[in-house]
Amino acid sequence: MELRKISDDIWEIPREGEMRVPALVYASERLLADVRRDQTLVQARNVACLPGILRMSYVMPDAHQGYGFPIGGVAAFDLDEGVISPGGVGYDINCGVRLLGTDFMETDIAARRKELLAEIFKEVPAGVGKGGVTKLSWNVLREILVKGAQWAVENGYGRAEDLERTEEHGRMKEADPDAVSDRAMERGIPQLGTLGAGNHFLEIQKVARVFDPPVARSFGIEAEGQILVMVHCGSRGLGHQVATDSIELMENALGTQGLPDRELVNAPFRSDLGRRYYAAMSAAVNYAFANRQMIAHWIREVFAKVLGSSKGMRQVYDVCHNVAKVETHCVAGEPRKLCVHRKGATRSFGPGRAEIPEAYRSVGQPVIIPGSMGTASYVLVGTEEAEERSFGSTAHGAGRVMSRHEALRRFRGERIRDDLARQGVELKATSWKGVAEEAAAAYKDVDEVVRVSHDVGIGRLVAKVVPIGVMKG
Amino acid sequence: MRQYEILPHTADGKFRAYGRTLEEAFANAALAMASLMWDWRTIKPEIAHDIRASGRDREQLLVNFLGEIIYLLDTQRFLLAGVDRPRILEEGGVWSLEAVVSGDSLSDRYEIYGGVKAVTYNDLKIEDGDRVTVQVVVDM
Repeated sequence: MELRKISDDIWEIPREGEMRVPALVYASERLLADVRRDQTLVQARNVACLPGILRMSYVMPDAHQGYGFPIGGVAAFDLDEGVISPGGVGYDINCGVRLLGTDFMETDIAARRKELLAEIFKEVPAGVGKGGVTKLSWNVLREILVKGAQWAVENGYGRAEDLERTEEHGRMKEADPDAVSDRAMERGIPQLGTLGAGNHFLEIQKVARVFDPPVARSFGIEAEGQILVMVHCGSRGLGHQVATDSIELMENALGTQGLPDRELVNAPFRSDLGRRYYAAMSAAVNYAFANRQMIAHWIREVFAKVLGSSKGMRQVYDVCHNVAKVETHCVAGEPRKLCVHRKGATRSFGPGRAEIPEAYRSVGQPVIIPGSMGTASYVLVGTEEAEERSFGSTAHGAGRVMSRHEALRRFRGERIRDDLARQGVELKATSWKGVAEEAAAAYKDVDEVVRVSHDVGIGRLVAKVVPIGVMKG
Repeated sequence: MRQYEILPHTADGKFRAYGRTLEEAFANAALAMASLMWDWRTIKPEIAHDIRASGRDREQLLVNFLGEIIYLLDTQRFLLAGVDRPRILEEGGVWSLEAVVSGDSLSDRYEIYGGVKAVTYNDLKIEDGDRVTVQVVVDM
């Protein structure tokens, strides 16, 4: 495939054949070498062929092969002539990250670190098939799908101020529980308030480096050594089922003819199928917000119990990594409402956007980028350039480079635990094989991913954080 | 004949399963998927569930059949050990499958090392020949 170099970190797949727009890849030569090994670029080109796509089919620095859309793919569609595609959001709808600040320093918790992690491991359900602590009724789940994190706060999980510091205030208003199948509801009932497994994790972290002190301060990140807590999880089986159901509904109504990949199935945004998917997806988004809200609450309870107080545990932000949303962006000099798909990408809005919390409006929104298990994570800030360059989006993580199967063959979970322990990182997990699958060596170098984001201007570096305690689902 | 093999895939789970018949290939695909999450050979067949799935073509039938296994895991904490008496029918453009699956409830005596979130159509293939081969990518 032809790839034209625009600059060191920007590459273009020129428009050809069925492509309606070019594709643009944000990657260094080093990251590109990984990207070229799988189907990422073919998938980005396929996305560029979809009806109503505007400007470009974008590929973020951490991209890898997905199904239909690449992971790390961003595409926006005209509301009247464009489509919405479940494959452009992914199966784990609103997989995302929440970051909690604390007023503890590393030295304050050093003696209690093991105990903290052990208690969190006890309080936050994790692992495959692991049920939550709350037995939900059908009606309560419907309410959660409508209200998201707001339901959680009303029911004693967390603080009202958390909602202001959550994307969409923790609630997408377009959610409709009637668009969610019984089967998705049944999968959702036992899993609310659970971390899940796979790449989902919870970390006690310390600030390792501050790149931009004034912006960091406005995010509540004051100094190196400050303790933070990061939660990475999504909408569990409910969201996965919403995606599966929506793909089947669209296939059955519209067929699969002419699609280069059945996972690219889509419906006009303004059609019954399109509206139904958007309503069901929004409900799953809300489920995930409620999920992270509850987990954050239990983390605060553990800090209060072990360290005596959780008063200073202010939420920095909660961001979605897999979502489609109607947003206003400038296209050909005109502001237009369009449907932005972010699949494995983080919104990265700069200063002034009405969607971001008032406290951050003068600097831009926090962008939270988790690294692989046991490695550094980053806090970035959204930029105005991102709106021009990627519909206000940047990377979402490290991105895998090695298959789980290969990782299992090469690594041993217990060994990883011991290596991390030598580096001062405590690890608790539900399965050592699961730990081996998530070995850091199976992932891209997150440092390079955020370096590209920063240099291209789609998300600027604010702080680097490193784990001191890791809980893996 | 090999029942299945796990293939390399950057982010997710990919496998190929084989059978003398479509039924056998589908049953082996269920075992291949289970092997990404637990060692199905170690699961005691204590419980049986009748399952049904349907689809507009064989591909959708396969996705929905494997989806049943994930549904049983999420809602009943059911760990698959085997697929018995699978039957596949095509009638008036609708494909359907019936089978009995055996296994056990999740408990501390089993190690669960991976979670399959969903079955995808990405790179999904069903090939007929001397033997039937099915290829599936699952989201993990």
